[in-house]
Amino acid sequence: MSNYNFAYLDEQTKRMIRRAILKGLAIPGYQVPFASREMPMPYGWGTGGVQVSAAVLTPEDTFKVIDQGADDTTNAVSIRTFFERTAGVETTTATCDATVIQTRHRIPEEALQEGQILVYQVPIPEPLRFLEPRESETRKMHSLEEYGLMHVKLYEDISRHGHIATSYAYPVKVEGRYVMDPSPIPKFDNPKLGDMAAIQLFGAGREQRIYALPPYTQVVSLDFEDHPFEASKADHPCGMCGATDSYLDELIVDDAGGRMFVCSDTDYCEARQAAGHKGKDAA
Amino acid sequence: MTPLLSVQGITKRYGNHIGCADVSFDLYPGEVMGIVGESGSGKSTLLNCMAGHLTPDAGQVVFDTRTDGPRDTITMSEPERRMLGRTDWAFVHQHARDGLRMGVSAGGNVGERLMAVGARHYGDIREQATDWLGRVEIDASRVDDRPTTFSGGMQQRLQIARNLVTGPRLVFMDEPTGGLDVSVQARLLDLLRGLVRDMGLSAIIVTHDLAVVRLLADRLMVMKDGHVVEAGLTDQVLDDPQHAYSQLLVSSVLQV
Repeated sequence: MSNYNFAYLDEQTKRMIRRAILKGLAIPGYQVPFASREMPMPYGWGTGGVQVSAAVLTPEDTFKVIDQGADDTTNAVSIRTFFERTAGVETTTATCDATVIQTRHRIPEEALQEGQILVYQVPIPEPLRFLEPRESETRKMHSLEEYGLMHVKLYEDISRHGHIATSYAYPVKVEGRYVMDPSPIPKFDNPKLGDMAAIQLFGAGREQRIYALPPYTQVVSLDFEDHPFEASKADHPCGMCGATDSYLDELIVDDAGGRMFVCSDTDYCEARQAAGHKGKDAA
Repeated sequence: MTPLLSVQGITKRYGNHIGCADVSFDLYPGEVMGIVGESGSGKSTLLNCMAGHLTPDAGQVVFDTRTDGPRDTITMSEPERRMLGRTDWAFVHQHARDGLRMGVSAGGNVGERLMAVGARHYGDIREQATDWLGRVEIDASRVDDRPTTFSGGMQQRLQIARNLVTGPRLVFMDEPTGGLDVSVQARLLDLLRGLVRDMGLSAIIVTHDLAVVRLLADRLMVMKDGHVVEAGLTDQVLDDPQHAYSQLLVSSVLQV
């Protein structure tokens, strides 16, 4: 612990990242470039999220990390341990106790409160990237608000599959201005992005971009008038806790085609089980 | 009558080399202007300057906009110019690959301009796209196929449909028939002539193929080394060329 500066990064780097975060909060949905540092983990493992977390953490914070909703996967455990060792902050798995939550690909089921910060790990921050490979052109499209191309992607979805088949990283428009990639969260989580009480920060380490949503920001998922946006999930109750309103993972349990559906948010599921809820697959 | 496009003294230099020098002309609504000349004579430079792809060193390109009347498009702000490029203007590239999104279906290609100007109803967009594919003689069953599966002629026709779907008033064409075999060229020209007449389009066509301008253009400019050496009615210039270079050009056409 004493061998590291608080939260691993040096103070100048944290100031630089905080400036990018403040600018991002001032212009919701706008991608702010920042000088991303090498972190002691490979790109794609959450280097952007870790830098943002390091910049916002204070010694009094309680830190939680989730990976696809779970607190106990490799990525979540290693990042949580990383900040236990380098910042010495309290860690928790309970959503309501955490003040800073770093997440990969999910928003917790439990509604977040004012004073909490949700940090997303973002692999590709540019929603237009796969439609327009030139960075110079996508920046121009953002600055001139030329977002027709985003609808071309949704058009292609419908013409090929009969419905909008994009099921994660579903593009949103922020405050009627910037089109934003909400990181690869399932589109089930999209409605939670808007009007959220907590601060949402997005960090992309390899792509060197930070963007943000201040509390209570208007966020609208893009769609067509005759093919409206739909937040979808597997049509089952959770096998462990019986919840019908949470996002589910599908698990293959044997080699005879057996499967069960469980909440992807482990904290939510455990809390419900502790409160006495039981699903059909619970032991 | 106000000219739709009034070009005055357009000059573009590449260092010491002249791209095009002091070109001026007026284009009236419904008129088709041909620009001919050999490779490197500055035809494409001139076209790109007019269409806003290049910034000329001097001169004015005054376009008669729908809302504000004649405006100089070179001093216009970039968002306004790009808006014109999506609505009142169309640009047909020589290579269809430059003007199409090859990874997007034919319907998506045609619909892109509609969505860019705010169409948000899938059924309507698709209906219009299918309608336009029909107008350029592409079978409606190909609407979900990618342009990579199309022949060269079909790609070029798709590019034209994609450009005309928003009902532009001025079309810039850079060698629209280049690289197509003669029978496909003939059909494409036929189609273009029909569309230009039906929609009352104005067009500026850059080409080195005199047959193209003979069929499509009302007026003709001959360019050589960045300068306009002769201009006039198409038949007049082609049947009775005055300038030595125009004479050479006309006499170089192979007779079958």
